[in-house]
Amino acid sequence: MPSSNGWHDRLAEWSVYAVALLISAVFLWIFGDLARGGIEHLSWSFLLDPPQNAGRGGGIGSILVSTILVLLIALVVALPLGWAAAVMLAEYVSSGSRFGYTVRNSLQILAAVPSIVFGLFGNAFFSIYLGLGFSILSGGLTLACMLLPILVSTAEAGLRALPDTYRSLAVALGMSRAATVFHVLLPAAAPALVAGLLLGIGRAMAETAALLFTSGYVDRMPGSLLDSGRTLAVHILDLSMNIPGGDVAAHASALVLIVVLLLINLLAMEMATGWQRGKIVTE
Amino acid sequence: MIWSKRNILFPSASVDTLILWLLRIASGIAAGMVLLILFFLLAESLPLLREVSAVRFVTDSSWQPSEGAYNLAPMLSGTLYAAGGALFLATPLGIASALFVAYYAPPPAAGVYRRLIELLAGIPSVVYGFWALTTLVPLINELHPPGASLLAGILVLTLMILPTVALTAHAALLAVPDEYLRGAAALGMSRWSIIRGVVLPAARMGVTAGVILAAGRAIGETMAVLMVTGNVVQHASTVYDPIRTLAANIALEMPYALGDHRAALFVSGLVLMLLVVALWSAAARIGRN
Repeated sequence: MPSSNGWHDRLAEWSVYAVALLISAVFLWIFGDLARGGIEHLSWSFLLDPPQNAGRGGGIGSILVSTILVLLIALVVALPLGWAAAVMLAEYVSSGSRFGYTVRNSLQILAAVPSIVFGLFGNAFFSIYLGLGFSILSGGLTLACMLLPILVSTAEAGLRALPDTYRSLAVALGMSRAATVFHVLLPAAAPALVAGLLLGIGRAMAETAALLFTSGYVDRMPGSLLDSGRTLAVHILDLSMNIPGGDVAAHASALVLIVVLLLINLLAMEMATGWQRGKIVTE
Repeated sequence: MIWSKRNILFPSASVDTLILWLLRIASGIAAGMVLLILFFLLAESLPLLREVSAVRFVTDSSWQPSEGAYNLAPMLSGTLYAAGGALFLATPLGIASALFVAYYAPPPAAGVYRRLIELLAGIPSVVYGFWALTTLVPLINELHPPGASLLAGILVLTLMILPTVALTAHAALLAVPDEYLRGAAALGMSRWSIIRGVVLPAARMGVTAGVILAAGRAIGETMAVLMVTGNVVQHASTVYDPIRTLAANIALEMPYALGDHRAALFVSGLVLMLLVVALWSAAARIGRN
């Protein structure tokens, strides 16, 4: 037995290392391909100019503006809702209660809903039922629904990780419950809130399917929030699928998107881990 | 721990009750969102579901919604083949990645690799799709034309769900009590025997729950799959055949669908939603045990 065990051990070790190498190689392959294909086309004028000739020429100026507007609407709507729900779940409801159980479970289901289904819902509810049409507003609102689960779960985890001494000290000082939340708990959990916010921004910028039939395809500079606006991810889809000869611009747009997302995600991870490390030291 | 110099006591108790109500309303809205989505999917599907019996969505002769033929079966098979193939590849790769991070890699490499997996999870599906379209599809085309195929879909989906499998499996491995590991090591078991005989059985439930969640992601994934699978409505007989998935079908036809055709797309959205909810409840039940 011992000899066969040694043989199995080596095989397992080799396979695990091989898988790790393979996946790292694929990651570098993807990133390398995008960088190689897009870096020559990248310049300030590409970032600032409006697209011309259906995106083959020009830049992505108006598309970046639409992306940022959609993102802002999604955050303005989702942040207060999500953080309020997180405070409710973490501070006001006992962990075994029925209300908390229901809210938490329905948010988990919401997190599992495919983005194309959000697109259908956004089209039916925001674009048609509420009459917002294909607009930056309906796209942003649809994204807001998608972001709720991630905002709630990160903020709730951050609040729950705070030591109970904060709460008992606040009570001992005679602070009201709301004052405790606003002046003690939320500021102390700020790094977790920001990490969740960054993750939410990352998810929103990556989204395509939910925006196709809510914020639409129009690549002009949006004049108001009720105009249709094309986000960066939708732009990449359109260039690669519908525009012959759009590959170079698509490479460059994909490179911009992925670099921004990598930076945002790295920052979010740093905040989350750095904050945990800090906590271990102070306690 | 006082962060503000202003009056921190909120002296009036009515503010407290007001805020509690605001919080209740916010949580209610957040929780009601799923029901609202389900309601609108149903409301948009109902006109068609009233006219056409549910069996016809799998027994009709073809998918020609403008002529009243609503066979979703080829799209269902496409979705299941693509998701099944991706799970088949991503499960061993994901579990091996989790084992690498938890037990094999030296700590710095484990940290870097885990971060890499988290970054893979953050790459947008449209970027995966674009990369696969410009790199994988031509490669597969050389192997066996036309290139845009079930195989391309499976490969790109594997990349996309691998982080889900790996991160949940890693969490499950971390939850295995240390005493188990120390006990097994004290018995003189080798590293692989400990993993196979002690760790994996103990982490089985968590790993399974993660795989089910990944299945949900694979079924609902739209853009990357739409870009590389060729989008032909047919039952695939080999992995080189082009297919169309339910989600891709919605994205492709929504822009011009009207009337019953549009309702049929909402029916397929409803099917997707129900599949995902069923998978989620299975994962939640397993996770709870």
